[in-house]
Amino acid sequence: MSSSRVVSTRARARYSTSKVVLSVVGVVVALVWFFPVYWMLNSSLLSNVVLTSNAPSFAPIGGSFDNFVSVFQGGSFLPALGMSVVIALLVVAVCLLFAFLAAVAISRFRFRGRTGFVLAILFVQMLPAEGLFIAQYKLMSSVGLLNSVIGISILYIASVVPFTIWMLRGFVAGIPADLEEAAMVDGLSRTQAFLRITFPLLAPGLVASGVYAFLQSWNEFTVALVVLQDQSSQTLPLWLRGFIQASASKAIDWGQVMAASTLVAIPVIIFFLLVQGRMTSGLVGGAVKG
Amino acid sequence: MTAMSTRLTVPRRRRRLAPYALLVPTVVVLVLAMGYPLAWQLVTSLQQFGLAQQFGQPAPFVGLGNYIRLATDPYLWTVVGRSLLFCFATAAATMLIGTLLALLMRAVPAAVRIMLQIALLLAWAMPVVAAMTVWTWLFDWHRGVVNWLLSAAGLPFQQHNWLQNPLSFFAVAAIIVIWMSVPFVAFSLFAGLTQVPEEVLEAAQMDGATPAQRFWRITVPIIRPVISIVLLLQIIWDLRVFTQIKLLQDSGSIASETNLLGTYIYQLGAGSSDFGTASAVSIFVLILTIALSGFYVRSMLKEDKA
Repeated sequence: MSSSRVVSTRARARYSTSKVVLSVVGVVVALVWFFPVYWMLNSSLLSNVVLTSNAPSFAPIGGSFDNFVSVFQGGSFLPALGMSVVIALLVVAVCLLFAFLAAVAISRFRFRGRTGFVLAILFVQMLPAEGLFIAQYKLMSSVGLLNSVIGISILYIASVVPFTIWMLRGFVAGIPADLEEAAMVDGLSRTQAFLRITFPLLAPGLVASGVYAFLQSWNEFTVALVVLQDQSSQTLPLWLRGFIQASASKAIDWGQVMAASTLVAIPVIIFFLLVQGRMTSGLVGGAVKG
Repeated sequence: MTAMSTRLTVPRRRRRLAPYALLVPTVVVLVLAMGYPLAWQLVTSLQQFGLAQQFGQPAPFVGLGNYIRLATDPYLWTVVGRSLLFCFATAAATMLIGTLLALLMRAVPAAVRIMLQIALLLAWAMPVVAAMTVWTWLFDWHRGVVNWLLSAAGLPFQQHNWLQNPLSFFAVAAIIVIWMSVPFVAFSLFAGLTQVPEEVLEAAQMDGATPAQRFWRITVPIIRPVISIVLLLQIIWDLRVFTQIKLLQDSGSIASETNLLGTYIYQLGAGSSDFGTASAVSIFVLILTIALSGFYVRSMLKEDKA
């Protein structure tokens, strides 16, 4: 604080007490926000006997990984995991390819219809799944793609690709075309110049958008609920839902549910921490230059 | 356009068509997965399309019949009013808490700030369905820690069922939505606050401006663009809280008393196979979203031009 010169000692004392109060508030808020995540981990390690006792245990003392073991042994986790992974990989791969091509088009070319296309992807990106999912269900059932990986992947790709284009566009535009041209002067073809010069520079952008596509597909619930109704084609969010359905009327093994939730959440949390900055700046755009 | 100068090496025609060729895959998948359902939905919203049509009967056109029936149905207006109220209340609370936390993060020492950032990031990163199972467990009527804490504080919350009463159902839903959305607001505004020049604030302080004056007269005008975009995104996102509401309904409450627009459409379409009415409500939701998105898209487009 360079202004401390003009601040009197009494004001400084007041300043430091207010700093202490604010710090305490900050710590309390952090704990409150963290508590649900902590509670998930804590409960996932405790046995059902402990969880249904009269007072809750606030630390996993005497805990074990038994809940995780029984989730794996339950038999329905691995198929759902497989389904989620296959869909996510397909969505990421196809989205990156499509979005990359489109991003090159809108950041390297000026053409008739460009503004219209940008406008369209910005609007499509805002459309809520709830506004279309009944019609998407009818479409999938009429072409026989209900409960199939291909069917749901097509729907996911369409809903994720607009924002992926938007993210990649910034990266492509940030690479000067001069670089490619210089390489072409040195005798590379346009394609070679692109692959050897531009593509490596794009890698961070591709990683960020790929992770974004992964998270969207991994977490999606609404469309999956209507399109994947078979027990055998459930993705992880649907599988998790099965645990808490009608929890008012039946006894739930909360330890197992929390272990299951932890398993679903961990890859997401890791990936999310990797790309959080990019996603924020993509969403609020030029309004924040963090 | 420097890129254009390379066209000497490529035939002119191919250069002109190249951007369109690059857009083909995206356009095809968007038309297939969104354009076609949208068109189907528009047509179906003008038809009587129920169970009989599911089994192959032709769907008779009823013009604006579905819309008129909906517009005169008090239940739809209840759902619309509920959705808007829930949306504005959660968006306002999220903005308020998010702004306060952004200011708090600026004011506290680095160690506390990092604690806050980690906690917020974790909440933000939680997959929505996993977050819902955790919150359902926290608010479980029988063994939930919330009831235990409140009872321990001497309040009559033993075996209290939060999801049975619509009002407390929505209070729980709002707490969950706010918990999940505050991190985005706090981080965006925190980034925005770094743009406020320290010297200007100091100068104002020396001129005798109170903290409140400095906030409203200097900070807010400078970060207004961030505030408006974040607020708009919150409103749009809080209109689509299907997952949270559906999962809370699943764990035991009366759907008709707790429906918001998303779950109402689901109930009409997937529950009673009334695709005509479901389509009409969907179109209404889409129009509402597009109207709200207009401002956001315009500001994004400005960035694209820049």
